Amino acid sequence: MAFYRVLLRLYPASFRAEYGDEMAAVFAARRREAEGILSTVALWTEALADVALNAFHAHADVLRQDLAYAARAARRAPGFALTTVAVAALGVGATTAAFSIADHVLLRPLPFRDPARLVDLWQDQGAGASSRMELSPANYRDWKREGRSFETMGALAVRPLNLSGDGDPERVEAAAVTAEVLPLLGVAPAWGRVFGADDMALGAPATVVLGHGLWQARFGGDRGVLGRRLLLDGVPHTVVGVMPPGFHYPSRDAELWTPLRFAEDAYDDRTDCYLRAIARLRAGVSLDAARAEMRVIAARLARTYPKTNAGMGANVVRPRDEMSAQARLLPMALLGAAACVLLIACTNLTSLLLARALVRRKELAVRAALGAGRERLVRQLLTESLLLTLAGGALGLALAVAAAPVLARLVPNALPIAAVPGLDLRVLAFAALVTAATGIGFGVLPAWRACGAAGASGLQEGPRAGVGGRRERVRSLLVVAEVTACVVLLVSCGLLLRALWRLQSVDPGFEADGVLTLRTALPQPKYERTALRSQFYTRVLSDVRALPGVTSAAYISFLPMVMRGGIWPVILPGQPRDPASEQRASLRYATPGFFAALRIPIRAGRDVSPSDTSEAPFVAVVSESFARRHWPGQDPLGRRFQFALADRTVVGVVGDIRVRGPERASEPQVYLPSTQVPDGWIIGYTPRDLVVRASGHPEGLAPAIRAIVRRADAQQPVSDVRMLADIVADETASRRVQVRVLAGFAAVAFFLAGIGIHGLLSFAVSSRAQEIGVRMALGARAGHIVAMVLGQGSRLALAGVGIGVGTAYVAGRAMEALLAGVRPADGPTFLAAVVLSALMTLLGSALPALRALRVDPMVIMRME
Amino acid sequence: MPAPPPAEALLPLPEATFHILMALADDDRHGYGIIQDVEARTDGRLRLSAGTLYRSIQRMLEQGLIVETRERPAPELDDERRRYYRITPFGVAVARAQTRRLGHLVRLARASGFAPGKA
Repeated sequence: MAFYRVLLRLYPASFRAEYGDEMAAVFAARRREAEGILSTVALWTEALADVALNAFHAHADVLRQDLAYAARAARRAPGFALTTVAVAALGVGATTAAFSIADHVLLRPLPFRDPARLVDLWQDQGAGASSRMELSPANYRDWKREGRSFETMGALAVRPLNLSGDGDPERVEAAAVTAEVLPLLGVAPAWGRVFGADDMALGAPATVVLGHGLWQARFGGDRGVLGRRLLLDGVPHTVVGVMPPGFHYPSRDAELWTPLRFAEDAYDDRTDCYLRAIARLRAGVSLDAARAEMRVIAARLARTYPKTNAGMGANVVRPRDEMSAQARLLPMALLGAAACVLLIACTNLTSLLLARALVRRKELAVRAALGAGRERLVRQLLTESLLLTLAGGALGLALAVAAAPVLARLVPNALPIAAVPGLDLRVLAFAALVTAATGIGFGVLPAWRACGAAGASGLQEGPRAGVGGRRERVRSLLVVAEVTACVVLLVSCGLLLRALWRLQSVDPGFEADGVLTLRTALPQPKYERTALRSQFYTRVLSDVRALPGVTSAAYISFLPMVMRGGIWPVILPGQPRDPASEQRASLRYATPGFFAALRIPIRAGRDVSPSDTSEAPFVAVVSESFARRHWPGQDPLGRRFQFALADRTVVGVVGDIRVRGPERASEPQVYLPSTQVPDGWIIGYTPRDLVVRASGHPEGLAPAIRAIVRRADAQQPVSDVRMLADIVADETASRRVQVRVLAGFAAVAFFLAGIGIHGLLSFAVSSRAQEIGVRMALGARAGHIVAMVLGQGSRLALAGVGIGVGTAYVAGRAMEALLAGVRPADGPTFLAAVVLSALMTLLGSALPALRALRVDPMVIMRME
Repeated sequence: MPAPPPAEALLPLPEATFHILMALADDDRHGYGIIQDVEARTDGRLRLSAGTLYRSIQRMLEQGLIVETRERPAPELDDERRRYYRITPFGVAVARAQTRRLGHLVRLARASGFAPGKA
């Protein structure tokens, strides 16, 4: 019998309370009738089926009733329903959007087979130098041969290529990969095949695998592309495969893959480091074990090849750990901000529901008097709040999906993942969870409270019901929490805004406005010889300078802020070579006119000149900081130093520029004449970026310049057509998005907290109308009444601001890495947040205060 | 309390509901009594389960087809724990309407040659 009672618990409690005893009695009677084991078993089987079926139906009956009731209630108070839905939508939307970004960037496994076992390998140059240095082919070969921790290891080199021969020539991001790389990632090609060992042989026909994006964009998704021949840097390659959509490797912008082949002499020079290595850990081998093994191997190589490998270690990292701390902090900050918004939304919901339940206490009391139990009423109120939050959650999800492309700027480019986080089950589940938690967690308290009071007393209570005591204290606490979260968001947003302003006001050392930049990366071996390249530059530059409006034009090997590296050691005559204390400077090769084009001031001496040929003495133009560092207080002109494998003489001094962007200190700069690049030198160092300063609208010149390039070499693509000002602005682009997103969150929080204060005070005023009326009748002046209402609001706001300021400081400390030197205790920011909060309190209190003034003492007295 | 809907609005009645109305036609009964009556009336072919019975009763109470009665039978027949149900005039009207509807249906079926026993 006890078991049957347990079974009855499956029914809704209201149903059980009403009929439980009766049903138990029926069952008991049945059991008395049952004779023998068989009929007892049959009876139980029947009872089980009966309970399962009818309990389900009984629940459905209750739900149907509650839903109908909820719909009626929503129609009766549409304002309440709409506010609740909107508040829930904002909370769920913000949190879901932030979660989808954080999940995409930080949590979700990379889109490869068994990604937990994928690792990147780097050379570790030791303390003070890079721990993520590319490998030389010889070191890669030895690591691969000796490493026992890995199932497979592969290498790749990222090298953009000129794609031509089929439509307009264009510049594409590409990676040369060994045969192991694509199979190691475990992603099968959509069509065709990936590379095998045959493709890697020197002298074998060149092959290429296309990325899905390029295949769609350039070949219109034509499957007949397999077997077609493309020209890559002028060399014919046969298409053998197409990768599926969503495959990005090693970064999001890679568009095609070619075989990575090693020439006979590639293994001779262990200092020629340009390979990235990727490996798959053997099952059961930990990251630490692999790292330890590789350190031993690197140490052995350092002993065997002390000249090249001394001090060189090995670093094994998970791909996601390559992300900078800053890139990692960003989604976390976003998630924190979203949590604040959700908190405010939830407290507002609770507050709204509490107020609503109090308004409805008479109705609830009537229902209780008619026999509805507390459980039944709580369940109905919960169904109502859940229905409203579900509607809000659905709307919030739609908001989050709509916001995803905006937030995509926050996804770091360097990760092999899609730009826009997809809407998938994880995100849906998260949104559902947040919604359910919001609806239930914050609906239970108001419902329980309301129904607890809905006894006989509810019928007798007058308009003062729900004032004072614990009920108002809960709502006051909620308002304090809202103000706190709002202040935290305002301060965080303010700090980031200050950081953005600070960075935007940093002088880059050059004038970016009015400069158009284009890239013509000359392929090798076609342009291996410097003389041939110089011919190209001279021809293009003289034609470009002849265009109307152009004041200057020049070629440079790397634009500032596009390429941040190119760092070489500087050796002064008579100075011993010591790798530990080496001074470094960044290297650029330029044609004459670069300083004029970017308005970089020439402080002393001259620009590079066409007469600085490879037969003439090697010269250099250095930046002021370079001159100051090496020859403080002396005339740098005519000084000599060794740099980039040759002796150079200083012929000019120019202003410093920020090659690493506004956020990081830049090394001093050295400019060498483009005519003095050795033949067949590292391709990256040959000038390829064209800078054109023109009056009016330089962007309009692009077609004319393309035509000039086509005349100079019809196979040569023009890529990266951009304004220099945009490149500089891009430096702060992700920060701008970040500030905008946080500002959006802060605005929502501000708005919701205002509503919270307004809601609490209006309710307090309407339920204290009697008291206010009596006071006025006794001669209280309007000022007193307003002060009474405002005082209540201000006390709450003050408490919230107090806690908020403390919390905001802690939050500021946590995101100090994002602040670009702005202190977490930034005075103006905190002041602004406090002023804004005061304003919000004032706005939230204004209407209730006015309502309090309009209370008519006579009406109130008559009601008594 | 809203005015009771016209009897036809509730048709067709679920089988269990109709049987319960029949069981209560001549006498007030408690739950188990209804089950026994239905069982006897159908020669044991229909045995209402407790869940079905009380879910039906709940709905029928809401619809106003039956009421719980406070008058108890003679004390020696009464079991204190049990609740007794009585058919209302509305319940009678609905049962009649259902009977008419079924009768009409049977006549139509006969006219179509579906008379039982004749082939």
